Amino acid sequence: MKTDTIAAIATAMSDSGIGIIRVSGDDAVMIVDKIYRNSDQKRILTKYATHTIHYGFIIEEEDESVIDEVMVTVMKAPRSYTTEDTVEINCHGGILMMRKILDTVLKAGARIAEPGEFTKRAFLNGRIDLSRAEAVMDLIQARNEFALQSSVKQLKGSVSDKIKSLREDILYEIAFIESALDDPEHISLDGYHDRLSEKTEYIMRELNGLLDSADDGRILKEGINTVIVGKPNAGKSSLLNILVGEEKAIVTDIAGTTRDTLEEVISIGGITLNIVDTAGIRSTEDIVEKIGVDRAKKISESADLILYVVDSSLPLDENDYEIMKMIRNKNAIILLNKSDLDEVVGEDAIRNLIEETGSAVSENINKNINENMNINISMIRTSTKTDSGMEDLINTVKEMFFHGKLSYNDQIYITNMRHKEAIRDARDSMLQVEKSLEMDMPEDFYSIDLMSAYASLGSIIGEEVGDDLVNEIFSRFCMGK
Amino acid sequence: MSEMFNGSFIQDRVDVCVVGAGHAGCEAALACARLGLKTVIFTVSVDSIALMPCNPNIGGTSKGHLVREIDALGGEMGKNIDKTFIQSKMLNKSKGPAVHSLRAQADKAEYSRAMRKVLEDQENLTIKQAEVCKILTKNYSCYSNKESIASKKITGVMTFTGAVYECKSVILCTGTYLKARCLCGEAITYTGPNGLQAADHLTESLESLGIEMRRFKTGTPARMDGSTIDYSKMEEQFGDDKIVPFSFSTNPENVQIDQVSCWLTYTNEKTHDIIRSNLDRSPIYAGIIEGTGPRYCPSIEDKVVKFSDKERHQVFIEPEGVHTNEMYVGGMSSSLPEDVQLAMYRTVPGLEHCKIVRNAYAIEYDCIDPRQLYPTLEFKDIKGLFSGGQFNGSSGYEEAAAQGLIAGINAALTILGKQPVVLDRSQAYIGVLIDDLVTKENLEPYRMMTSRAEYRLLLRQDNADLRLREISYEVGLVSEEIYHKTLQKKKMIEDEICRLKSTVIGAAKENQDFLEKHESALLKTGTNLAELMCRPELTYEILAEIDPKRKPLPEDVIEQVEIEVKYEGYIERQMRQVEQYKKMERKRIPADLDYNDISSLRLEARQKLICYKPVSVGQASRISGVSPADISVLLVYLEHYQRT
Repeated sequence: MKTDTIAAIATAMSDSGIGIIRVSGDDAVMIVDKIYRNSDQKRILTKYATHTIHYGFIIEEEDESVIDEVMVTVMKAPRSYTTEDTVEINCHGGILMMRKILDTVLKAGARIAEPGEFTKRAFLNGRIDLSRAEAVMDLIQARNEFALQSSVKQLKGSVSDKIKSLREDILYEIAFIESALDDPEHISLDGYHDRLSEKTEYIMRELNGLLDSADDGRILKEGINTVIVGKPNAGKSSLLNILVGEEKAIVTDIAGTTRDTLEEVISIGGITLNIVDTAGIRSTEDIVEKIGVDRAKKISESADLILYVVDSSLPLDENDYEIMKMIRNKNAIILLNKSDLDEVVGEDAIRNLIEETGSAVSENINKNINENMNINISMIRTSTKTDSGMEDLINTVKEMFFHGKLSYNDQIYITNMRHKEAIRDARDSMLQVEKSLEMDMPEDFYSIDLMSAYASLGSIIGEEVGDDLVNEIFSRFCMGK
Repeated sequence: MSEMFNGSFIQDRVDVCVVGAGHAGCEAALACARLGLKTVIFTVSVDSIALMPCNPNIGGTSKGHLVREIDALGGEMGKNIDKTFIQSKMLNKSKGPAVHSLRAQADKAEYSRAMRKVLEDQENLTIKQAEVCKILTKNYSCYSNKESIASKKITGVMTFTGAVYECKSVILCTGTYLKARCLCGEAITYTGPNGLQAADHLTESLESLGIEMRRFKTGTPARMDGSTIDYSKMEEQFGDDKIVPFSFSTNPENVQIDQVSCWLTYTNEKTHDIIRSNLDRSPIYAGIIEGTGPRYCPSIEDKVVKFSDKERHQVFIEPEGVHTNEMYVGGMSSSLPEDVQLAMYRTVPGLEHCKIVRNAYAIEYDCIDPRQLYPTLEFKDIKGLFSGGQFNGSSGYEEAAAQGLIAGINAALTILGKQPVVLDRSQAYIGVLIDDLVTKENLEPYRMMTSRAEYRLLLRQDNADLRLREISYEVGLVSEEIYHKTLQKKKMIEDEICRLKSTVIGAAKENQDFLEKHESALLKTGTNLAELMCRPELTYEILAEIDPKRKPLPEDVIEQVEIEVKYEGYIERQMRQVEQYKKMERKRIPADLDYNDISSLRLEARQKLICYKPVSVGQASRISGVSPADISVLLVYLEHYQRT
């Protein structure tokens, strides 16, 4: 049985010296052969013996222009990690270069690997010991969940709105065609050809636009995912307001005012922060508020940076203990807020709390606090009432970033590649619709490719097809006897 | 009131008992009897065998496909309608071949009578008028490779009068009769369709076996006295000039009959006003009806409420038969009270003076969530119990017949110790129908639709014989002779396509002249006949002019050649998708697999899988709430399971 060929970046997504793109499947050699030239500009990858490495170039298929100077390893089945034919392209590192080469491999006919797919194949092909089945399953589930989360989370609001509206448009057309096919005596397709041509042209234009923006990463939110946490009324919303510079969150003196999470994109010193204000964390019985608290905990799990606002005028309690447990092993800045009031909680109290919660960094935090950025947690005194300490906060964030403690989420680049491939698939399906229209094919042929486009776009925003079509047909069109 | 006989006595020992003699029951019973099994078919009224209590037609979009497939598999529906139709039409002829659909108006009484005769003449088959009240089972243990599982097994049925029929298999085809009640406005009768006796006792027996029941509803419009209708105000609807039969074994020459007409008229604002101002008297809007109704055949009340911007709705007036004046009012089913009905119908042009013979009504009935069934249509928890038709939550004569046939075939094959037949989604509409029923959540009576078939370019009504004859031959429902005919047809098609592809057409002057004449682009280099046929403006027939070596071929062969060549690119793409799909279908899940062992499955997925016990990874992937990652996890687990 023929297996399709998958590709992914095998090394870390960082600006390291060397990166590896791995391609696996029956057509791996054939696909890389299309874009690999040896030093004599020849296409001879298919002739190389297994387990050999070769110097050469990856080229753009259309104009033969050189993308990068590479070493290519050929490993033929079954002697590879997946036991399938595998080609590894060792290229110059750098996120941009690796993405570019992966993109070229995808265009040559591979598809991007699902999260954990190399390992899944290795296992299914008997390459991985049975005793590790459990670990393999956990890995697949975890990676998928993470990818799904980040896929939806990182998509810009405007882009996901655009994709939703394009999907609605497409679904409407399919439903119209299908209802006419199912009930020709009630619904007529006269004159539909021209209407669909216009619609197809519009959708193509929009998809091409999205593809262009995907090329330079404009469809994703970039930036450091930052979360503000703290007990109710510690001053989280006020902090957000100061950073954003406008009254966005509802600020009152009543504890528990922020019931949901608020999100802002701000830029400080050239660094972009996607900043989320969360409901105050405390054990709560109020259901609405509880949802907010659960979400806050969830968001904090995947945050790059946590700003923990402590009301220094009130004593610490078990809620602080909970929060401290949440932020251990994370990049965090603790803000001793309300420095304009009498101090009840000082730096020592926080240090004690950190030790109590057994944070992994607790041994060296004492000597490092406020000194250098080699540790994960630092502490600042602030007052959101007088704006004092804001300068310190901004400097601390900047330092953390430039010392490499904080970086944009790696996953964002992979997500971008996946989105791009899905948009490209949708575009290709629409091209097929266009072709069918030109050839004056009967209407039922249009809906086949419209459906593929609908499914591809759905994969970007994490939506399946399910009963969408049948529901759309019945809600839009009056059918039947 | 009636009283059930308290004792019981053994009446007979047979192989199969079929409960219900509607469209599902008839196919089920015939299949079993034809496969040599001693079969009894029970009905509450012998006069209602193969009754058509709603619309007077067979086929229609996607339903026509089902009839063709039933026929190819050795069922009776196609042959029976060919004997009794009074008008025939191929729908969607202007569209692609995949959505062409045959629909015939039936003479209802004749249809019923003809089917009864087939049943009566069938060897091994007994017809019995009786209400089955109890399904008899015994406990038994079956051993899987891990442990013994206690289960139930069919031993027989008992009727209202206490007669016990011992048997190995029971097929439930109870249609809309279980605890049926009919509603016409405020008036409620506890009967099945057409005032026939409802079956009030069986539900309890099924529930005691652990079967979960639910309630659905459907409805039918009024029947008019045709002599009170003014047809001059309506548009006449004719049948096709050239009639195509349903059955692959019917000679087309024998069905070129004189046809009757149907008539088209419309509702208007006056109609809608009457409906709107009487909605409070509709049992649905008043909340008296609890059952879930189908969205695709909405009552006229529903249409007016849900599509309030539509100024008019179509109304088709269709004859119920040639020996009756009664006319069916298609498009205006209703559960409004009688007085409102009459006022409403009389606003429609042509119906101003109409007299209603039978009132429109809604009917509620007990049925099951079919996810309790395997794709063989056998109950997962009761060995030997099968079911088909509206009892399974479907709707429509054709959907019922299709399931009845498969349930019958599988009940018989199981008794005979053979492998059951499961058609997949790439083989037949029947496969799509049954897979949807046993896998997906259905909240309303399920109707076949072409949009439900993802591989419909392959599942055409014109090639049902090529797709399914081999299966029915292996089952034993189709003769050697018919099977060989199908093989011959297949070969002729393949040979001709091969010839077209290898017949080179050069850029010679006579060829260019030919192309110019048909407004087709001229040739720059040589090509072949198949390539030319792909052009929209050129057909097999037109190309005869430059194809002198062509041998005469039967019409049905030419049809296949034309479709296969013209749509080759699309068909190939679907075949590739089917290949992917089949990979997952072939991965079977052992029945005793314990999903609780797979800790990486998400909780929701695990619960659904435990509940619905899919038979393959493919089926598992179609259960809502099971994600692609869950499927990957399942694949890894199965590999592990099989290797240890």
